Amino acid sequence: MKYSHAAAALKKRSAVLRSHILDMMPPGKAGHLGGSCSIADVTAVLYFHHMNINEKDPKDPKRDRLVFSKGHAVLAQYAALVEIGYIDRKEISKIKSLGGVLQGHPDMKTPGIEAVTGSLGQGLSVSVGMALGLRMDGSRARVFTICGDGELAEGQIWEAAMTASVYKTDNITAVVDWNGIQSTGRLSEVFSIDRIAEKWESFGWHVIDIDGHDIPSIIDALEEADRITGKPAVILARTVKGKGFPFAEDSAAFHNAALDEQQFKAGREAVDQMMKEAKDEV
Amino acid sequence: MRYESLRNAYGRQLAELGSIDQRITVLEADLGKSTMSCLFQAEYPQRYFQVGIAEQNMASIAAGLALTGKIPFINSFAVFASGRAYDQIRSSICIPGLNVRICGSSAGLSDFGDGKTHQSIDDIGIMRVLQNMTVLSPVDAVETRKMVNAMAEHDGPAYIRINRNELPVLTDEDAPYKIGQMTIMREGSDAVVFASGVMVSRSLDAAQLLQEQGISLRVVNVSTIKPLDAAALKECCRAVKAVVTAEEHSIHCGLGSAVAEALRKERIPIGFVGIRDLFGTSARSYDEILEHYGLTAQAVAEEVQDTLDLN
Repeated sequence: MKYSHAAAALKKRSAVLRSHILDMMPPGKAGHLGGSCSIADVTAVLYFHHMNINEKDPKDPKRDRLVFSKGHAVLAQYAALVEIGYIDRKEISKIKSLGGVLQGHPDMKTPGIEAVTGSLGQGLSVSVGMALGLRMDGSRARVFTICGDGELAEGQIWEAAMTASVYKTDNITAVVDWNGIQSTGRLSEVFSIDRIAEKWESFGWHVIDIDGHDIPSIIDALEEADRITGKPAVILARTVKGKGFPFAEDSAAFHNAALDEQQFKAGREAVDQMMKEAKDEV
Repeated sequence: MRYESLRNAYGRQLAELGSIDQRITVLEADLGKSTMSCLFQAEYPQRYFQVGIAEQNMASIAAGLALTGKIPFINSFAVFASGRAYDQIRSSICIPGLNVRICGSSAGLSDFGDGKTHQSIDDIGIMRVLQNMTVLSPVDAVETRKMVNAMAEHDGPAYIRINRNELPVLTDEDAPYKIGQMTIMREGSDAVVFASGVMVSRSLDAAQLLQEQGISLRVVNVSTIKPLDAAALKECCRAVKAVVTAEEHSIHCGLGSAVAEALRKERIPIGFVGIRDLFGTSARSYDEILEHYGLTAQAVAEEVQDTLDLN
């Protein structure tokens, strides 16, 4: 297998990210477990395989940028930033506390966070602005943006999609975390957004449709997006909300919820199993 | 009295800045021939981004440009620049304190024909409530040019409201300018009026009317609504017995409110001249609509007398 070694190492990385995410969800403290875990594998591949980053300097002008437009899933990004070393590991337990570095939604005071998001629909526009600015400077840095599928109901997403197409910002790649569930239920029941691929295509984007938990597919998709010139690319990552934690998988209940002691314990066991499997593969 | 267009002054100064600083970028949502950002477009098309009729997108794109070290100016009518894109300005721009400049053009009632959807009687309030936001309201074309230059150098987000019409030139081309200053336009000893924009010239006329009645009115141009220099404001109140504010904006949340907040511990009565909790309306001329909403020299003079009578 072409990717066997890299993929196994990345699988371990994503297990570590899920472990950190769980640690940001101590029993009784609410957090956005579901959407953070659905995007954890894509996040691991971006930070630990695909993106150019400088471990010593989160502000290196040449760095690739990652913007979580679905800001509530930032636990996955925090976990990666801890692993890179931008954020002290001790901050994990202090998440969402007064004076803590890790805010409930992305804040630029946190090292490695590139934009303020959380009010949905804005991150793709901010990313388009970054892409235009980097292009003006002749920079080769790329911009990656994570959008939620429920977030696609925000009209501004499509304003940004049009602008990226008009200005041919091929230095931007969007990833839609297509987990099929939004805050209050399934998209199909709450607000059914269909023909998502056709929508992006008709807005002038190159569309790549993948299994968002299959690491070789994520690697391939990001490389394909890089090869596309003259237009932006979007990866529709088919994912499972809460992926990795059986009690939370494919459920709206853990969009933003507190775990009880039993769930936290089950979560720890699931993470241990993930780590063990990943270790065996490496 | 010489009259000059503020929006032409704005557009020309923006283009001028473009030649000095490569970081200046300009974004437009299809109103460039009204906001006069078209003058920058003609000179620097590579640094001009037409984003279509999408003000929210424009504000967030500007945030992204600022995050790569650019100094973006976004342009629209004041009502859309402030209200339509409010959450984008709040979240994408003000929370991180980015160097985005927002031009709210055709501000106040100055787009007199287009009616209530296009007249901004609340933009100052909307922008003033935002932490990190600097709010500017130039009195004339000369001050507009100086403000545009100062905005380029300024650290943090800034909003400028630009009148659509030609207004009398009241300030001196050679006088130094810095954001935050307030300027005594006429000395007086009985009362002080803090005015902004078109209401400065109306207040100077009011001072003339009051002089005939033996009342001496100090007139102050408050062109930086936020941050408001409380010490300077109090200094401008020295020896007077009444304070009046005059603005082409709702009396809620605008200059009047800002002055009242700053003087809340002073024992001095305060009167407001502004729009009384009403939306705009179409009119045939700028003077006609200002009179309709009581934004006249006579109204300022009466408010000064009423406020003095409270003593």
